[in-house]
Amino acid sequence: MTLLSHDDSVAPAGGGDALSLLEPTSGRRGDSAFKFVALVAGLVVLVILGLIAFSTTKEAWPAFKQEGLGFVTSSTWIPAEGKFGALAFIYGTVLSSLIALVLAVPVSLGIALYANEAAPRRLRKPVVYVMDLLAAIPSVVYGLWGIIVLAPAIQPVYKAISGAVGDIPVLGWFFNGDSGRSYMTAGIILAIMITPIITSLSREVIATVPSAQREAAYGMGATRWEMIRAAVLPWSRGGIVGSVMLGLGRAMGETIAVALVIGSQPQITTHLFEAGDSMAAVIVNQFGEASGIHRAALIGLGVVLFGVTIIVNVSARGIVSQFDRRSQGA
Amino acid sequence: MTELISPDVEQLLLDATTSRSRRFKNRLASVWMLGALLVAVVPLALVIGYVLFKGIGQLSVAWFTEDLPTITRKAGGGMGPAIVGTLLITLGAAVMAIPLGILGAIYLHEYGGKGRTARLIRFMADVMTGVPSIVMGLFVYTVWTLTFGLNGFGGSLALGCLMLPIIIRTTEEMLRLVPDELRQASYALGNRKWRTILTVVLPASFGGITSGVMIAIARAAGETAPLVFTIGAARNLNLNIFEGPMTALSVQIFGNAQTPFEAAQSRAWGAALTLVAIVFAMTILARYVSSRVARRHAA
Repeated sequence: MTLLSHDDSVAPAGGGDALSLLEPTSGRRGDSAFKFVALVAGLVVLVILGLIAFSTTKEAWPAFKQEGLGFVTSSTWIPAEGKFGALAFIYGTVLSSLIALVLAVPVSLGIALYANEAAPRRLRKPVVYVMDLLAAIPSVVYGLWGIIVLAPAIQPVYKAISGAVGDIPVLGWFFNGDSGRSYMTAGIILAIMITPIITSLSREVIATVPSAQREAAYGMGATRWEMIRAAVLPWSRGGIVGSVMLGLGRAMGETIAVALVIGSQPQITTHLFEAGDSMAAVIVNQFGEASGIHRAALIGLGVVLFGVTIIVNVSARGIVSQFDRRSQGA
Repeated sequence: MTELISPDVEQLLLDATTSRSRRFKNRLASVWMLGALLVAVVPLALVIGYVLFKGIGQLSVAWFTEDLPTITRKAGGGMGPAIVGTLLITLGAAVMAIPLGILGAIYLHEYGGKGRTARLIRFMADVMTGVPSIVMGLFVYTVWTLTFGLNGFGGSLALGCLMLPIIIRTTEEMLRLVPDELRQASYALGNRKWRTILTVVLPASFGGITSGVMIAIARAAGETAPLVFTIGAARNLNLNIFEGPMTALSVQIFGNAQTPFEAAQSRAWGAALTLVAIVFAMTILARYVSSRVARRHAA
């Protein structure tokens, strides 16, 4: 024991476990025990993902069994009559997320390029800071602002637009309707929410473009925009696609903000200014009063949502990691 | 990246050497980039502005201490149970997710490295960050709430599941920044690997890990969907997260926002201000911690 205290004074930083040299087995046991604990902690991730898939599918099974494929191909959702076709909700999820992407991608890319390529040095940090704050605001707060402020304010705008172009073919198919709570409003709120995600991910990707490429483009006499098109965008295309898909996954899973502003009327329409509904929104809106097979069907919507977001995320990660490998190899 | 020449000189050179249409396109691209930033700042300013101005009138001593009113459409009462609920449920989630997440990250970086198990866990953690929060809520509902009923702990479980992958991935990034020389120095002094990790590696990356953990907590504190199914709806203060329904700020915002009543909507704004203040405080603190650490490393 005196040996131990002596060692402690020699090696204060590490705690001095030189005694373990004299007792190799016990020290090794400590090591393997710690490794085991760490491994178990890591495996928890796999266990949770497996459990999510298993337990939700199990609870949803009665609804899947009753509806079969009709669960995702029928659009008749009448809980009172025991009919559960989720197509209108799936449509709503896809449509509102696509609107969000169309609005958010140009803005996010613009900010990412500005922050990395164009902003004066002292402005770069504040730009990142603003994006962090946007990302930090809870989705329910966006939903609150959307339902109380944005929806009533934007309704006359919708009305004016659909009045102006509603009779014109093509334009009229989309820009029609006059509901403040609508696919479009949900898309706008989602766009605000995914902009910081896409921005920060694509900013990281753009930052990996080697300066040699930029300087080469400038050396050829390129303007900044020509440099971006010739050097920055081709290099980071994969990573940008990946980050856009991660944003898409986020938009499809978003619940509360969408539930507040989408209008809660399941209908399949191309009119962007009409009320609709989404998978996540209908789950949270109907779960409270649901029981039996209705509840099973709502959990089933969760299973579908889980499956879709997993596919989107896995392919996004695949694209990003492929890109990582390439840029590390170069 | 590096500004080799001053912007004024760059402009002169551009004007002298490039054609009008190329200059125009370049100008257009600059307008797009700057415009994009403005487009993003406007909603941020609007949301924060509304939350601040509509919410600030609600704050008083009673707001933080009193129970929720029994009749939501009338004014009065406070938000005490929801504030306490948010803090307790998030704390419960943090207590579970932080040690698990840090240990998992230690496995990934210190033991697993590029091995197959580690790669699988890393990939799945990335996938798990993309699982929608409402799915986490349904999951906890099926494995916990159906058996043990509505209580705060169910909410903690769901939030913990959301925090875990974020903590794993940010912590791993931070462990990667610890120079190998530190580990080797510790081994040279006769330290075992586990001892090295606990007494050298973790302290060295403490700041970065703390910042990542706080970001994860901030994100979890604002979540709503997973709590709706799992914690129930309480009006009174409940300090026991294992027993009986609770409530939380996010759930109160969601519920009150849907009502047409003025008093309920003001309550939602007040709750939003309280929640945003909590979340921003944690985010800014996290930034501060990580920037201090960065400065120490640079020095």
